[in-house]
Amino acid sequence: MALRNILGKRFGVGLAGRRPLSTATCDVESGNAKAINLYSAINQALLIALETDPRAFVFGEDVSFGGVFRCTTGLADRFGKARVFNTPLCEQGIVGFGIGLAAMGNRAIAEIQFADYIYPAFDQIVNEASKFRYRSGNQFNCGGLTIRAPYGAVGHGGHYHSQSPEAFFCHVPGIKVVIPRSPRQAKGLLLSCIRDPNPVVFFEPKWLYRLAVEEVPEHDYMLPLSEAEVIRQGSDITLVGWGAQLSIMEQACIEAERDGIFCELIDLKTLIPWDKETVEASVRKTGRVLISHEAPVTGGFGAEISASIVERCFLRLEAPVARVCGLDTPFPLVFEPFYMPTKNKILDAIKATVNY
Amino acid sequence: MANWCRISSRTIANHMRKRMNQGFIGSAADISQTSGLSSALNNGRPVSDRNRRYQTSSPWNRATLLCFQRFKSTEAEKQQDSFLSSDSDDDHQSLDFPGGKVSYTSEMSFISESSQSRVPCYRVLDDDGELITDTSFQQVSKEVAVKMYSNMVSLQIMDTIFYEAQRQGRISFYLTSAGEEAINIASAAALTEQDIILPQYREPGVLLWRGFTLQEFADQCFGNKADYGKGRQMPIHYGSKKHNFFTISSPIATQLPQAAGIAYSLKMDNKKACVVSYIGDGGTSEGDFHAGLNFAAVMEAPVIFFCRNNGWAISTNVSEQFRSDGIVVKGRAYGIRSIRVDGNDALAVYTAVSAAREMAVNENRPILIEALTYRVGHHSTSDDSTKYRKLDEIVYWKNTRNPVNRFRNWVQSNGWWSEQQETQLRNSVRKQLLEAIQVAEKTEKPPLSEMFSDVYDYPPSNLEEQEKHLRETISRHPSDYPTDIPV
Ligand SMILES: Cc1ncc(C[n+]2csc(CCOP(=O)(O)OP(=O)(O)O)c2C)c(N)n1
Ligand SMILES: [Mg+2]
Repeated sequence: MALRNILGKRFGVGLAGRRPLSTATCDVESGNAKAINLYSAINQALLIALETDPRAFVFGEDVSFGGVFRCTTGLADRFGKARVFNTPLCEQGIVGFGIGLAAMGNRAIAEIQFADYIYPAFDQIVNEASKFRYRSGNQFNCGGLTIRAPYGAVGHGGHYHSQSPEAFFCHVPGIKVVIPRSPRQAKGLLLSCIRDPNPVVFFEPKWLYRLAVEEVPEHDYMLPLSEAEVIRQGSDITLVGWGAQLSIMEQACIEAERDGIFCELIDLKTLIPWDKETVEASVRKTGRVLISHEAPVTGGFGAEISASIVERCFLRLEAPVARVCGLDTPFPLVFEPFYMPTKNKILDAIKATVNY
Repeated sequence: MANWCRISSRTIANHMRKRMNQGFIGSAADISQTSGLSSALNNGRPVSDRNRRYQTSSPWNRATLLCFQRFKSTEAEKQQDSFLSSDSDDDHQSLDFPGGKVSYTSEMSFISESSQSRVPCYRVLDDDGELITDTSFQQVSKEVAVKMYSNMVSLQIMDTIFYEAQRQGRISFYLTSAGEEAINIASAAALTEQDIILPQYREPGVLLWRGFTLQEFADQCFGNKADYGKGRQMPIHYGSKKHNFFTISSPIATQLPQAAGIAYSLKMDNKKACVVSYIGDGGTSEGDFHAGLNFAAVMEAPVIFFCRNNGWAISTNVSEQFRSDGIVVKGRAYGIRSIRVDGNDALAVYTAVSAAREMAVNENRPILIEALTYRVGHHSTSDDSTKYRKLDEIVYWKNTRNPVNRFRNWVQSNGWWSEQQETQLRNSVRKQLLEAIQVAEKTEKPPLSEMFSDVYDYPPSNLEEQEKHLRETISRHPSDYPTDIPV
């Protein structure tokens, strides 16, 4: 089988594996809801943010015509060039400008075209946005800043269109890091991030932009930050993940169940400050935990979760914490299928942990 | 080497007189023109026959040329000092400031945000490929001209066929250089193979010129085991050590400060070579653009910053990218000599790069070239540019301002090219490419071990462990993995 077939197949796997996870357990009131994909859900959130706050701005590279992933489609036409605009090609400029806007009491919603290109803005995020409030004794803050960036694998992105850089930002007190798993989650969480009085980095699973379709309420709603969600109940092992990886993990849960293993699946949603209590409560119940993310395993956010759970549940643990993650290499194009934390890798780890 | 041609009866003395008479009131554009390039070009003797007879043996040697350049350069720098400060009433009162004397003025005036007219664009051929009256340029031999033209055509065909291969799903991505063939080929032709290239990504023609084969291009795009990058990067991310072409990296503008470092090393090693770093109009907005130019200027590094101003950065028009008169004017802010050139005129690009190279290498200094051109194709196979720009605009640049046709007309008018050669070339390149694609497609992918090599010089224990673990997983779940990657 040629690689392109595999890529195609992976897309097939993606289609099946990365279908939206239900948002049933969250308290989104029903009402008018339409099945839409993830980029349209983001688009709705941005539209509502602009509509409900005249001091909201949406900007970034190529956002005027709708953005390279179509998330900002129609917004410039509707709200005008002064509020929705292209910026020069300069990520440090985008974030620095956003900090300034936010510092003046505006909602600055900045787009970084790919998470892989957020690094030129690293200094603005790590040294500036995150410390703006603290260093001034709360005289100043840039809480109105939200940085959106598509992250993660897409099957053919290679080094620079595939990265999951969330862990870098989880090491920075003063910012929040949020990653949605589905269209409905994306809309509600993004609106919360935009309205949260702290700077937030919001990573969007770009593999799901088109693939994930879910009923999304048309109205304005917010989903709470720093609240994890148990999206599948189970008694034998706790699985923790976020974003696109959850759909892969869910498949592993379904298959494990055929072997009589009942997995509890938790969507962390907010990586910092994260909801340790929900994870801890689950691990206290199951006695086992597995964390999975696409980013390289070493220094990934899974390491932090693992350490915290060992601190809190040491005596309750019946097996070592398992991590199924990306490997410690740059993200490789042709080797992507090998690099990825696949369903079967997760399944193997579930079984090994349960049978420890 | 430098064989400057001039097609007018002006003489150097005339030119200098004219310049000097203008005093220092000239616009920024005037002054930058006086430095470097135009001086190098205007040192000519009268050449009477406009179109056909070129000086083939250089009547002035390189030493005179350089000596003249140096003189003119210094002149230009003095002008610049005076221009930026002032020469008015109280110029006996000046401030001795780090970096040089600054004269005082009692006149409160701001330097304008722009000069009255835009910096003119140097060209040699008109839109029909006819030599412009009174132009000066560096002659190219028949052999070089034909190679240049043939490479431009090969690049076009390569783009068409790879683009099609992407559409058919045979490769995952592609990006064409359509509209920028002259920049690609002519800039490469003006360099020596020792000059080191730091590409952005829309300059595969430089590699083509240096002899990277169609098979090598295809192997990279298919990510097979013959790809020097071992299948790790997306298509079009070429790199070739033997061609002094550093591997393409997607993040924009990162190559510019690196170019300064590489150039500094060339200087320290006394190499008679320079670095050429390409950048798009969009790329000039990145912080690394500033860092690269400033470092190169301060470190006196022999690097040519070649900006392909093609009007667009994906959907972002240059009017949303910067409010300066393009890129060329930014050179001066860093103390870098700069020129604007018609990027769709192969002879102008060739001449400008030749002159820039002479200055960079012999004077150890950076040079900035802004080539005005147009991205005729979509940004990449992931883009549909009709969403954000007018079809008319694309068609105009594709047809009326086509750089390949323009150069062909000139080559043909010299009697160096025929319809028959054209047909032959196109057929043969197309055939070679189709073969190359077939071979590339059939060639095995790199083996799995290549996933773990080259992360470091030698794999550390965590990678060894992960590789072992992965192999065990593969043996448990072979159907999860592509079969064309040897495990
Ligand atoms: C740091 C960074 N930010 C964003 C991108 C996404 N991107 C790829 S190409 C491009 C536009 C570049 O335009 P320009 O420099 O004018 O080059 P052109 O494509 O026109 O040749 C953008 C924004 C990137 N590759 N790197
Ligand atoms: Mg451009």
